[in-house]
Amino acid sequence: MSVKKIQTDVQMKRALARISHEILERNSGAKNLILVGMHSRGVPLAFRIRDLISSYEGQAVDVGSLDIGLYRDDISDKPQATMKPTDIPVDINGRIVVLVDDVLYTGRSIRAAMDAINDLGRPSQIQLAVLIDRGHRELPIRADFVGKNVPTSKEEDVAVKLTEVDGLDEVVISSPTT
Amino acid sequence: MTTNDTNTKKSIRQKHILDLDELNRSDIELIFENTDSMMEVLNRGIRKVPALRGKTIITLFYESSTRTRVSFEQAGKILSADVINVSSDGSSSKKGESLYNTALTLQAMKADAIVIRHQHSGAACFLAQQMDSTSIINAGDGMHAHPTQSLLDLYTIKKNLGTISSKKVVIVGDLLYSRVARSNLWGLTTMGANIVLCGPNTLLPQDFLDSRIHETNHPFREIQIEENIDTALKDADVVMALRLQSERQKAGHLPSLREYSRRFGITSERLKIAKPDAIVMHPGPMNEGVEIESDAAHGPQSVIESQVTTGVAIRMAILYDLITGNHSEKEL
Repeated sequence: MSVKKIQTDVQMKRALARISHEILERNSGAKNLILVGMHSRGVPLAFRIRDLISSYEGQAVDVGSLDIGLYRDDISDKPQATMKPTDIPVDINGRIVVLVDDVLYTGRSIRAAMDAINDLGRPSQIQLAVLIDRGHRELPIRADFVGKNVPTSKEEDVAVKLTEVDGLDEVVISSPTT
Repeated sequence: MTTNDTNTKKSIRQKHILDLDELNRSDIELIFENTDSMMEVLNRGIRKVPALRGKTIITLFYESSTRTRVSFEQAGKILSADVINVSSDGSSSKKGESLYNTALTLQAMKADAIVIRHQHSGAACFLAQQMDSTSIINAGDGMHAHPTQSLLDLYTIKKNLGTISSKKVVIVGDLLYSRVARSNLWGLTTMGANIVLCGPNTLLPQDFLDSRIHETNHPFREIQIEENIDTALKDADVVMALRLQSERQKAGHLPSLREYSRRFGITSERLKIAKPDAIVMHPGPMNEGVEIESDAAHGPQSVIESQVTTGVAIRMAILYDLITGNHSEKEL
């Protein structure tokens, strides 16, 4: 197993700052926005983006968390993850929902997340922000805001580590040595 | 989603839910975590998620029941499963079909889970031994076990008191015939509660309690027995009343219901002996005026109604875990 660091803590910080600015630019400010982090590592990322946007705009932005366990399409194939409660504190009808996740891969989690969001209300738009896009989409889904595009092979494993969960900020890619 | 999430993917170790002696602390805590998520779904405006779409759940009830059967049906339907109810009246058991053959028939119809209530202890366990692919959930078998009720009791305690460990739980009433109490003894012991049993001598499970004396490692060695309710209730965190079935009096276990009520009934006056923030629980259905007075059953300390809501969420979590979990390598 060879492990390579593809993003340092400083690079991650800059990427999140850029994503935050892009979200503001795209939506002409923070009005009407709600950031929804996908469990587990999308949640701290959503809070970080919220803090950055609040510091740039000087206004509070709503943030929520979403668990997609009940919406997955591969439920019977493998044991499920422990679910974390979905917590969206505001009415999302008519709002702009920005989904936040750590890694965009097949797109199936995002499909599930959109189904979950639709069960909670009808936002005016759903946008997607991810820290890493590693390709290999299986559905017609793309991210609106990307921290870093990383070409990978399917055998490789991309792991985003965050201070809130793992004690440090970095992204590593590991590949089986054969 | 990253692939390194594999180490967080888990389900409980069992394919069937027969009694709580088979679940350890981490199994129970896993069910609680999933129950938190299910509570969120229950509190939505539109209570429907697609998790069990295309799965079939059959409830097979040989005894009457309202809340258990309806809450399983509600739980299955919220998760988008197809739920079919079979009761002993109007099924082939009336024509003399055995439980074994009924269950094989239901399995052949591709049921993913069968929820069974039966008047004979061990019926659910017997069925589980016959099944290849179908999960069995025990919804009450004779006087043996009622694990889903116990799990919702445990969850209710945890949500109201923050923890179960070291809490004083007093279970009052018909401990001899109560399957709820038996399952709760396992569950509460696993979660580290201090259990006190209180009831008339004739309704204490003597043989079961006597067996503790000879075994130093008996799981129930710490359980206290107290015949005087006022002593039992002192400093209690949880007061759990059990239903007193009127048949017990006819069978000679009790001189009269009135005497039972006077000696063991939970009243708001008696609750003052317990801790001020103690909670009052009852698995239902209640005989108000016998094992519990109305003012205690509906008073500020009562969590009896919220137990029913919790029951739906617990059953959603169990159905979800059993039907979607990967239990193939961990079967009985």
